[in-house]
Amino acid sequence: MYPPAFEYWSPKSLDEALSKLQELGHDGRVLAGGQSLIPMMKLRLAAPANLVDINNLTDLAYVRADNGHLAIGALARHADVVDNDHVKTISPTMASAAPWVADPLVRNRGTVAGSIAHCDPEGDWNSVMLAVGASVVATSTSGQRVIPIGDFVVDFFTNSLAEGEMVTEIQIPRPTGSAGGAYLKLERKIGDYATAAVATFLDLATDGTVSNAGIALTAVASKNLKVTEAEQMLIGQTPSPELFAEAAAVAAAACDPESDVRGPAEYKRAVINAYTKRGLAKALAQAQGGAS
Amino acid sequence: MTTTHDPITTFEVGGVGHSVLRKEDDRFVQGAGNYVDDIVLKGMLHMAILRSPVAHARILGIDASEAEAMEGVVAVVTGAMLEGYNLAWMPTLSGDTQAVLATDKVRYQGQEVAAVIATDPYIAKDALAGIFVDYEELEAITTPQQSLATETLIRDEKEGQTDNVAYTWEAGDAAITDAAFAAAHRVVSLESHYPRSHPSPLETCGCVSDVNPITGQVTIYLTSQAPHAHRTLFALVAGLPEEKIRIISPDIGGGFGNKVPIYPGYVVATAASLVLGKPVKWVESRSENIISTGFGRDYHMTGSLALDEDNRITGMRAAILSDQGAFFADAQPSKFKAGLFHICTGSYDFGAAHVTAKGAFTNKAPGGVAYRCSFRVTEASYLIERLADKAAHEIGMDPTEFRELNFIKKEQFPYHSPTGFVYDSGDYHGAMTLAKEMIDYDGWREKQRNQDPDGKLIGIGIASFTEVVGAGPSKDYDIVGLKMFDSAELRIHPTGKAILKLGVKSQGQGHETTFAQIVAEELGIPANDIKVIEGDTDNTPYGLGTYASRSTPVGGAATSMVARKLREKARKLAAHLLEASEDDLEWEVGKFSVKGSPESFVTIQDIAFAAYTNHPEGMEAGLEGVHYYDPPNMTYPFGTYIVVVEIDQDDGTWEVVDMVAVDDCGVRINPMIVEGQITGGLTEGFAKANMQWISFDDNGNCIGSNFMDYLVPTAWETPKFKLGETVTPSPHHPIGAKGVGESATVGSPAAYVNAVVDALWSRGVTNIDMPVLPHRVWGALNGVDAKP
Repeated sequence: MYPPAFEYWSPKSLDEALSKLQELGHDGRVLAGGQSLIPMMKLRLAAPANLVDINNLTDLAYVRADNGHLAIGALARHADVVDNDHVKTISPTMASAAPWVADPLVRNRGTVAGSIAHCDPEGDWNSVMLAVGASVVATSTSGQRVIPIGDFVVDFFTNSLAEGEMVTEIQIPRPTGSAGGAYLKLERKIGDYATAAVATFLDLATDGTVSNAGIALTAVASKNLKVTEAEQMLIGQTPSPELFAEAAAVAAAACDPESDVRGPAEYKRAVINAYTKRGLAKALAQAQGGAS
Repeated sequence: MTTTHDPITTFEVGGVGHSVLRKEDDRFVQGAGNYVDDIVLKGMLHMAILRSPVAHARILGIDASEAEAMEGVVAVVTGAMLEGYNLAWMPTLSGDTQAVLATDKVRYQGQEVAAVIATDPYIAKDALAGIFVDYEELEAITTPQQSLATETLIRDEKEGQTDNVAYTWEAGDAAITDAAFAAAHRVVSLESHYPRSHPSPLETCGCVSDVNPITGQVTIYLTSQAPHAHRTLFALVAGLPEEKIRIISPDIGGGFGNKVPIYPGYVVATAASLVLGKPVKWVESRSENIISTGFGRDYHMTGSLALDEDNRITGMRAAILSDQGAFFADAQPSKFKAGLFHICTGSYDFGAAHVTAKGAFTNKAPGGVAYRCSFRVTEASYLIERLADKAAHEIGMDPTEFRELNFIKKEQFPYHSPTGFVYDSGDYHGAMTLAKEMIDYDGWREKQRNQDPDGKLIGIGIASFTEVVGAGPSKDYDIVGLKMFDSAELRIHPTGKAILKLGVKSQGQGHETTFAQIVAEELGIPANDIKVIEGDTDNTPYGLGTYASRSTPVGGAATSMVARKLREKARKLAAHLLEASEDDLEWEVGKFSVKGSPESFVTIQDIAFAAYTNHPEGMEAGLEGVHYYDPPNMTYPFGTYIVVVEIDQDDGTWEVVDMVAVDDCGVRINPMIVEGQITGGLTEGFAKANMQWISFDDNGNCIGSNFMDYLVPTAWETPKFKLGETVTPSPHHPIGAKGVGESATVGSPAAYVNAVVDALWSRGVTNIDMPVLPHRVWGALNGVDAKP
């Protein structure tokens, strides 16, 4: 590959990385797994003047269960969350999505946090994060702030990081009751972006009613789309196929897909409708202790 | 299940019928192959090509001054400069001319406009941004239908060209066919587009051109499937003396037809080396390969079958409108403008057929290469096998029974087809019977009858293809005048080890193993003792190269024949050594013995030693020979594939749940390699049926210019295949082999599509064009026009 020339920085500590990012401002890009950035540079669609490689910051390569939430460090690879016990226990939606992210080669290199920060509306993780109500920890030389995912994902390839900030951790809250989740993705082949995908999450109260619900959609809007209206229809209710069908119809109406080589908009809406129903049914079965 | 003939050699000798491991794989699996991009020469410069961003535009000016001023840039080459050397245009393999670097207009997105030669590949790429081209955009013509309707001329540089027609062609007999249709009880018709695809070898195209300024020697390391033919073309195009041109095709990382044409990049790099006196390397990027080099297919086909009241086919009509792109550059025998499409009568016995074909220029990349296909045989097979299935469904007859009713019978071979082919051999009923048995055809039909109409829908698809490969007999087959023979030179050394040199060129097919096995079969020299050399025009006999499944039918036959020549000389040497008369000797693998006294024998190794140490007076020393083989006929591999799919009605996805491929490629030299070829071909067929195509928007922008958009299936998507085999040896090939490299790519696409349409037939769906994308299936089920 023959990208345009760039400066390469390889800090040995987080402090050093943050200082370098502060110094470079908009001219600096963080290089973690590089699975989106490098191909864009190869095609000369991206031409960053400086790359700040954080691969030495191995302290950030963690996936752990902290008090109240699942914590994923900035250098944790997609492969690290596949078949991971903490992930399976705390976030069934994330566990369901993990094997569908890209392909095994990309999963070995690409990072969860990097993919989230990339804000590609066709990316998988931001739908999962929107469905489960995750937060993003952003760090700079002047300190740290915790950004709710809904505020972090601004638009098409746009996040709300300030100059000099980098994502250091993703936090996923622990469900309060018995929870289930699913990520159903239609792709043309392994490694493809989604034609359409749906992340679902259900948290059940002891009486079997829905205490919390999450539905978010991939590749059918200018950003990953949380369908709050459909979620609200479920909360406080006793789940049923009819209720799921109503929520799915709302999700299908809420999205705004484009017609392209992956299919016309009405097809993608039909897929969202079908997959929302299926995803909610899977989440429910799992929350009720049945098959996941 | 296998019915391969028992080998006559031991496994150690490794003749025909042994699955010996591939000799070349030691270096391939250890990353020790030697590809064009691995070639590094002293003082070598690097070339990058500036390509047109638009599909159709007049070039008003090119300003390269900024690029020329960049440090490390040695030269910027434009079409105007090449005109000075009479190199701005070059001939195609179909008698047209093609721009090397555009002078007057650009005619497709990705067309070569200028080239930068620099000391470093990064600088060469960077400098492309310093070339400014002033384009006046013209109407982009993106379909052949638009091409024939518009006033806009794509080829306005051609004197006398008043339309966008690239060629017209026909085969068969119109009057006889009209009569068959007039008398028909039923006519079954199909309109179908076989979409544009791309061979996409893993290694892209490239070269290192090295012109020695002192000696005038031109050495070109080239990604070439046909190095000898390319040498001659270089001599003709550039006016260079042929004895001073040496083409070396080192290891080639896949070709699939993509590396048959000569591309502008090769010519520009060679011209640059000639002018600069230094070696110049050019290697394409993936996107460059997909958008600009030879595509496959892109045939708009209308076909009909005439049937009598007994459901027998009595006639066929086929009309082709082919999308040629901006230049007519099909790689095909000169006599046949639509390749061997007229094999479209397939495996069926009827006397009337008429094929018409018309090619249209469009603002797309040229090509029409035989992508893992013997010159448009894939399109032909697809049309007849879709038609056969459609006919069966319209009649309400089981599609296997319809085929069995209409197959050419075993005893009818050699069979004269209505379009002029003479099928050498076949047993179509045998392959069908085995395929049905292996997949439990009746069991699947039973499951289909009992399926839940709201659940996944089962579909069963069949294709019983006949190919025509092994081009070809010199009376009918040539490429730019070069007859399509092929050659083998065999040198047996004093210690009994041998070197075999061939005019064909492996791109991964396993020639170093397979052709050594042929010599092992003929002479009993262990295959491991035979080194196979290809791809160096200074050191191999002339041949037309490897494509169209021709290496084993033609190069393999040449190998057999040269080995047999040497065996005859060996007999004379044996007679001398055994002090016996030649007539008293008998050959068994690896040795001559005296009839009646088997203890009195000499081995081929003894004989080889004697050829250099103890040859009789009056006999030439040595044990070497060469043979040029002109095949008496083509070979006709065939088979039956049966696919079972399940369709998800919600999202239109379909999954292959069972598949059987019964192939008959005659005698199998290395069964393992043959199975590898079939598995790969079934996968490429699946790719085209399921996901793969090159499309364009209305402005002629290529959609699908990299592997994120032009989809190549992985092991995950690829179905599991059960392979079966029948063996009907070719009666005219020395060892009865027919060629197998392309059978599965040719045969399988129709089987997959037939399966999907079979599942949806009861819902009123009669056709879905490839690729059968989920949204097209969903659209067909829901009555929504879901194009593209």
